[in-house]
Amino acid sequence: MQVLQLVISGVAQGCIYGLIALGFVLIYKATETVSFAQGELMMLGAFCALAAMAFLGFPFWLAVISAIAAMGVFGVLLERIVIRPILGQPAFSIVMLTIGIGYVARGLITMIPNIGTETHTLPVPYKDRVLNLGTLVINVEQMAVIGSTAALCLLLYTVFRYSKVGIAMQAASQNQLAAYYMGIPVKTLNGLVWGLAAGAAAIAGLLLAPITFVHANMGFIGLKAFPAAVVGGFGSLPGAIVGGLVIGIVESLAGFYLPEGFKDTAAYIVVLLMLMIKPNGLFGEKLRKKV
Amino acid sequence: MRFIFKTDYGQDIQLAKHGGQVFWYGLLLVLLAAAPWLFAEYWLAQLTFVLIYAIVGLGLMLLAGFTGLFSIGHAAFLGVGAYTEAVLVNAGWPFPVSLLMAAGLSAAVGVIVGLPALRVKGIYLGIATLAFGFIVEEVLARWESVTGGNAGISVKKPGMFGWTIDSGTGFYFLCLVLAIAATLIILNLLRSPTGRAFVAIRDSEISAQSMGIHLARYKTLSFALSAAFAGVGGALYAHKLSFISPDQFNILQSIDLLLMVVIGGLGSVHGAFLGAIFLISMPQLISMSKDWLPAAIGQAPGLQGLVYGLVLIGFVLFEPLGLYGRWLKVRTYLQLFPFYRSGLFRRQKSFQKSDRLR
Repeated sequence: MQVLQLVISGVAQGCIYGLIALGFVLIYKATETVSFAQGELMMLGAFCALAAMAFLGFPFWLAVISAIAAMGVFGVLLERIVIRPILGQPAFSIVMLTIGIGYVARGLITMIPNIGTETHTLPVPYKDRVLNLGTLVINVEQMAVIGSTAALCLLLYTVFRYSKVGIAMQAASQNQLAAYYMGIPVKTLNGLVWGLAAGAAAIAGLLLAPITFVHANMGFIGLKAFPAAVVGGFGSLPGAIVGGLVIGIVESLAGFYLPEGFKDTAAYIVVLLMLMIKPNGLFGEKLRKKV
Repeated sequence: MRFIFKTDYGQDIQLAKHGGQVFWYGLLLVLLAAAPWLFAEYWLAQLTFVLIYAIVGLGLMLLAGFTGLFSIGHAAFLGVGAYTEAVLVNAGWPFPVSLLMAAGLSAAVGVIVGLPALRVKGIYLGIATLAFGFIVEEVLARWESVTGGNAGISVKKPGMFGWTIDSGTGFYFLCLVLAIAATLIILNLLRSPTGRAFVAIRDSEISAQSMGIHLARYKTLSFALSAAFAGVGGALYAHKLSFISPDQFNILQSIDLLLMVVIGGLGSVHGAFLGAIFLISMPQLISMSKDWLPAAIGQAPGLQGLVYGLVLIGFVLFEPLGLYGRWLKVRTYLQLFPFYRSGLFRRQKSFQKSDRLR
C-alpha cells in the first residue's frame, strides 16, 4: 500500500513535469529550438489565474480558461516579437534568449509591489479534500492533475491526428522546407506551436498551484522537465508525458527509500544514465545521417 | 588606415599583428600593474573579481566559443576547484601545489563529464551538463565530513613556504599573473594545431572528422582544459571570498558564467574579459542607478534580474557577436573612415541546420 501511495503522488508530480516537457517537445519538434522559459511561462500562467480570481473576481473556471487563453496569446506574441527574428541562427542563441526571457519574467513578477515577493495560494474549489479508497488516501488535487493531464493528452492527440492544423504542424515539424513548398504557412504555425506550449505550461502552473504555492521562483521546477523530455526522447509527445511519469515516480520512491539528498538529484541521475545508455530516449526517433 | 601585407604563414599566426597592438596591450599591462596605486581598496577588490571571472571565462570560451560545446553546469567545476583548494589549504598545503591540485581535480571531473559528451550533442549535452551541475551541488551540500555541508567552509589565506598573501594588493597581483598566464595559454593554444582542431569541430564536426581529427579525444581535451581553468578560477574565488558554501555554485552561477561569455562575445579572447567586466560592473551600475530611478522601480527586488534579462535579449537580437563585436565595428569604422558601410558585419541568414537530418 505504501508503495502505491508513493507511486500515485509520483505520478501526479510526474504529470506536471510531463506537461512542461510537452511544451519543450512541441517547440523542439516545430522549430528545432529549445525553450528554457517554459518554467517561467508556467509561473506566469499561475499568476494570471491568481490575478483573475483576486482582482477581477472571476469564478475559478473562468479564471482557468482566461489564464490559459492569455498565456496562449502571450506565447504567440513571444514567438512573433522575439523568437522569429533570430531563426536561422545557431540553436544556442535561442537558448540564451529564452533564459533571458525567463529572467525578465521573474524580474517583472517580483517587481510588483507587495505581491511579487510573497507566496500565494490559489483558491481552488477542490482544496484539501481527500478520497479514501480502502487504506489509500488520495488528494483530490492529485486526481485533478492526473485527470487534466490525461484529458489534455487526448485533446492534443485528436488535434494532431485529425485536424488540418495539427496535420500541418506535423508536416512542418518533419520537414520545414518541404512544408513551405506545399503551401503550409510554417511561420504562422510556429507561432501557434509556441502558443500551445505556453498554454500547456499555464495548465501545468494551474495544476501545480494548489499542491505547492504560487510564487515567483516556482518556474525552477521547469528545470526538472528537461530530464523528463530527454528520458522520453526529445522528439516525441507521448514520450514527454511518459518521461515525466518516470521522473516523478523515481523521485517519489527515491525520496522515501533512499537517504536524504537523493530526492532532488534522482531526476538528474536518471537522465545521465539514460544519456549514457540510450541517448535517443525511450521513444526517440532513430535517424541516420545520409551523406 | 593600416595595411598589413602577409607574406608567409608565420606572419599569419603571430601573436602581435603589428606594432600598434604591442603598444596598446603594453600600456594596458602597465595600467593594470599600477592599479593598486590608482584605485581605492574597494575597486581593487572588484578588479580582482574581474580577473578571477576572466580566468573562468577563458576556459568557458574555449569550450563554448571555440569548440562549440555548451556547458550549462560550469559552476560545478568552479565548485570543485574552490572546495579542493579550501580543503587542501586548510590542511596546510603550500598554495602552488594546492592550486595545481584544484586544476587537476577539476580537469579530471571535466573528463568524466566529457565522456557522455562524446555520445550526445547540442541540447542533449546542455542537459547532461545541467544534470551534472545539480549533482555536484548536491554532493557538496551532503558530503559534510569534507565540505562542511550547507553551513559552508572558511578558507585560510593562500601561503607558500613560510609567507602568506594576506593583503588585497598581493592577492591582486597573484590573480593578475595567473590571468595573464591563462590568456597566453589560450592564445598560444588557439594558434596551435590543437586549437585549430577545436575550431574545426565547432564549425563542422563531420568535416573535422573527415580531416582526421579524433573527435572524442579533442572534445574530452576541451572539457578537461576548460574545467582546469574553472578550477583555478574557483580556487582564487575561494580565497577572495574566504568563505564558500554550496549555494554559490548553483545553476544561477552557471547561467551567469554563460551570460558572461555570450555577452562578451562568443569565440573571442577579448570577450572573456569584456564579459567579466560586464558581469562585475552590472550590479554596481544597477545599485548606482537606483538613486535616480523612481522609488517604485528602483527599490523593487526584481530589478537586477529584469535588467540582466533585457540586456541578454538585446544582445542576442541585435549584437550576436557581443561586446567584442560592437568594439570590432567601432574599430573598423575608425580604420576604414570614411568608407564604412552599414551591413559590413551582417550575418548571412542560413536555413536552419537540423540536428535531425533525414
